[in-house]
Amino acid sequence: MSHKRLWTWLVLMVTATTLLAACGRKPAQTPPTTAPVAAGTTAPATTAPAATDVPKPTTAATEIPTAAAPAAGGALKILYAQAITVINPYQSTGTKDLDGATVIFEPLARYNQNDELVPYLAEEIPTLANGGVAKDNKSITWKLKKGVKWSDGTPFTADDVIFTWQYCADPGTACVWTSVFANVDKVEAVDPTTVKVTWKKATANPYSTFVSNTGMIIQKAQFANCVGANAVKDAACQKANLAPIGTNAYKLKEFKPGDTVIYEKNPNYRDAANTFFDTVEIKGGGDSTSAARAVCETGEVDYAWNLQVPAAVLTPILAAGKCDTVAGGSFGVERININFANPDPALGDKRSEPDQPNPILSDLKVRQAIAKAIDRKPIAEQLYGPAGSPTCNISVVPLAFTSTDLTCERDVEGAKKLLDAAGWLLPDGKSVREKNGKPLKLTFQTSINTIRQGVQAIVKTNLADVGIQVDLKAFDAGVFFGSDPGNPDTLQKFYSDLQMYTNTPSDIGLDSYFQDWTCANVDSSKNQWKGGNDTRYCSKDYDALFKQFTSELDPTKRAELAKKLNDFLVNDVVVIPLINRMTPNGKLKTLDGPTYQTFDSVLWNIQSWKRTS
Amino acid sequence: MTQYILRRVLIAIPTLLVISFVIFAVLALAPGDPLAQFALNPAIPESTRQLIRIQFGLDQPWPLRYAKWITSLFRGDWGFSFSTKSPVIDLVWQRLPQTLQVVGLAYLIAVCLAIPIGILSAVKQYSLFDTMVTFFSFIGFSVPSFFTGLLCILIFAVNLKWFPIVYSTTLEINSLATFGQQVRQMFLPVFVLVVQQTAALTRFMRSSMLDNLSLDYVRTARAKGLVERVVVTRHVLTNSLIPVITLIALGIPTIFAGAIITENLFRVNGLGALLITSINNSDTPVVMALTFIFSILTVMFNLIADIMYGVLDPRVRYG
Repeated sequence: MSHKRLWTWLVLMVTATTLLAACGRKPAQTPPTTAPVAAGTTAPATTAPAATDVPKPTTAATEIPTAAAPAAGGALKILYAQAITVINPYQSTGTKDLDGATVIFEPLARYNQNDELVPYLAEEIPTLANGGVAKDNKSITWKLKKGVKWSDGTPFTADDVIFTWQYCADPGTACVWTSVFANVDKVEAVDPTTVKVTWKKATANPYSTFVSNTGMIIQKAQFANCVGANAVKDAACQKANLAPIGTNAYKLKEFKPGDTVIYEKNPNYRDAANTFFDTVEIKGGGDSTSAARAVCETGEVDYAWNLQVPAAVLTPILAAGKCDTVAGGSFGVERININFANPDPALGDKRSEPDQPNPILSDLKVRQAIAKAIDRKPIAEQLYGPAGSPTCNISVVPLAFTSTDLTCERDVEGAKKLLDAAGWLLPDGKSVREKNGKPLKLTFQTSINTIRQGVQAIVKTNLADVGIQVDLKAFDAGVFFGSDPGNPDTLQKFYSDLQMYTNTPSDIGLDSYFQDWTCANVDSSKNQWKGGNDTRYCSKDYDALFKQFTSELDPTKRAELAKKLNDFLVNDVVVIPLINRMTPNGKLKTLDGPTYQTFDSVLWNIQSWKRTS
Repeated sequence: MTQYILRRVLIAIPTLLVISFVIFAVLALAPGDPLAQFALNPAIPESTRQLIRIQFGLDQPWPLRYAKWITSLFRGDWGFSFSTKSPVIDLVWQRLPQTLQVVGLAYLIAVCLAIPIGILSAVKQYSLFDTMVTFFSFIGFSVPSFFTGLLCILIFAVNLKWFPIVYSTTLEINSLATFGQQVRQMFLPVFVLVVQQTAALTRFMRSSMLDNLSLDYVRTARAKGLVERVVVTRHVLTNSLIPVITLIALGIPTIFAGAIITENLFRVNGLGALLITSINNSDTPVVMALTFIFSILTVMFNLIADIMYGVLDPRVRYG
């Protein structure tokens, strides 16, 4: 028996060392060193260090001849964590669907990474100066590009633009972007290449409709019978939703909903000669870490969307040196919201109702102390990395509308002083402050997410340093963001003192964004928690300022007012902005074109993406 | 026999109805919103959400929705998916090949490996081979697939670069090179699944053999002077295969459920990945269809296993 055992151990040790050796090879990750070991028999071609683009390092050599200079053609491979499920943008269920539609469709104009408008189907951007925007701000007239064709060869006309409005505005269609068209009174064709949009009431942001990824133009011929209930029930319309005809540089080749979309060159595109890739492939599924590896370490794909990976994991992957992260703009501000109502479970049905003031957080001094005690630096550096930067503002885009006056350095002593002044004193030998025998205890909720739990832990220690005890709660994202009025754990019900999530303005106008702190929008059982103001904050001064903002039409004055609104909210500590989140997208160093985006799809300029050396 | 099968099939119908009702009720009562990804988007106000709910039929009470679902199912209509806005059954057909290729192949390999390994390690109990097999099958058994999968990706895909991380479901096999590519991309997910399934089946095969090896009839066979090979293959193996084959038959429906973790890890996007994303997106019709198909298969293969038992073991009689 004993010598048999010995053998067993020997074999095991050999296996273990082999595995360890394979793992330990990691640091020396440059193609020349691994190629002879890994691919010695399969592909000697990859050993050439001068190879400019090697998306498939090993056996791919037999299929795609790797040219020394990147000639046009080949496949652009994109990875998304969530797979595209429908291509009609007006039936989309997530950003990924809008991105999938962006490869096929175009709006009249798009935003670039600096939040400036770039004409797409429009000849030029209508402004007050060129007479495109009416002086009374009640209408906008778009001149369309001439000679644009759909990918099936038929001409694109003003009728298609009008139809897009009719399609989405019909309540039966259940269009996701109805709100984009809510202010549209009528859309008319002045002539086949001129469209006039008349608003119900004067608007400061005339570019809300037919612009960006929520305003892409669909073909009238294809969807004419799909207005109303037919939109998803009719078999032909179901097919159209999955295989729409567009005007952009690529058209659909193959679509497996929830898995892969393959696009091919659209020969009828107005600039088809300059379309670089033969095909574009967007694959969905999997986790962000392996997506990062596929771009940065194995180079299997050219571009990966939203590498939401903790910095500690992402940094070594990026160190492989094959890729760049594209991050900037704003994906939203991660913030802690203060509950101005009392979430005490003892209140029963009255819990977190706006008429029950929060016994602790109604005091501005306490709120200020919390804001001062939080340290954004470790949150940004240890948890977010390239995925976010610390911010003191709740409104960070567009840049011209962003306040520059606020600072938010950690100030522990200041926080302690404020709490002392508020009457929350630290009894001898205790670590939690008390007032009238009641301890300073808060509950803090958010959704389940590795990074968010990391932030919760940091905030908990930060606040413990000043004598505030924080109890943490985390709920499944589907429940927390689910807005189900029957569920107690939603962010709208807000059954805790603090909560953390990300939100971002949906359009560059910011009206709907700032509206979420007005008295009229306060969440309560009366409106089934659908108001939008989960903090239950209600201030006459803020409402007045907000009213002034929405009725102002002059862009410079609006910018000043937006800054004031931002400062008002932060100074009154209604919210504690933490991190300006950016979706760090990863791209191969040899891919040219991707930019970051705030108000449009990240694939907004995909028609001009190309490979470089 | 025919009567027995008929009776079992008839019992299966109410069973399936109850199953479908329970699943539907659970899904209807569970929290979730098909538009959860747009949850905080102020551009999608409550009024829009309400329109979408009406379009999906979610404004009706759930017992009514169940009645509608079951009646349209009798007409062969599985409903339409909330996220693709197209018929659910199309999605299932689209995903089935990937799952059969990867999960099915893994199951086949696992069975082919497990039976001979199990026999050998039982016959040579406590030998070096048996110890090794036991050791590795316990590893395969106890290490979860998300761990072995990640380990395999790190070692074989990232460091050694032998296999791709991203599985391409649109690869057309039209040449030797593309076939090679298909084999390479299938290797890791199949390997991870084989490790796990072989481990379980080997243990089962081994213990089933050991049960029989010590029985009187084996001793009698040996006493009659039969060669050990004949004793093992003709007598012991045939008898000990009976429970194993039942187990294998009962495992077949799980192929169709896909391998949720492995499929997600390698982006195989088969039925398992479809199920989990549909659950996450509250895409009730898809979850309903998948779980219901799965329960039909389970009931069916249970019946098949029972019938096979009778065929293989003449002592079993159906009454």
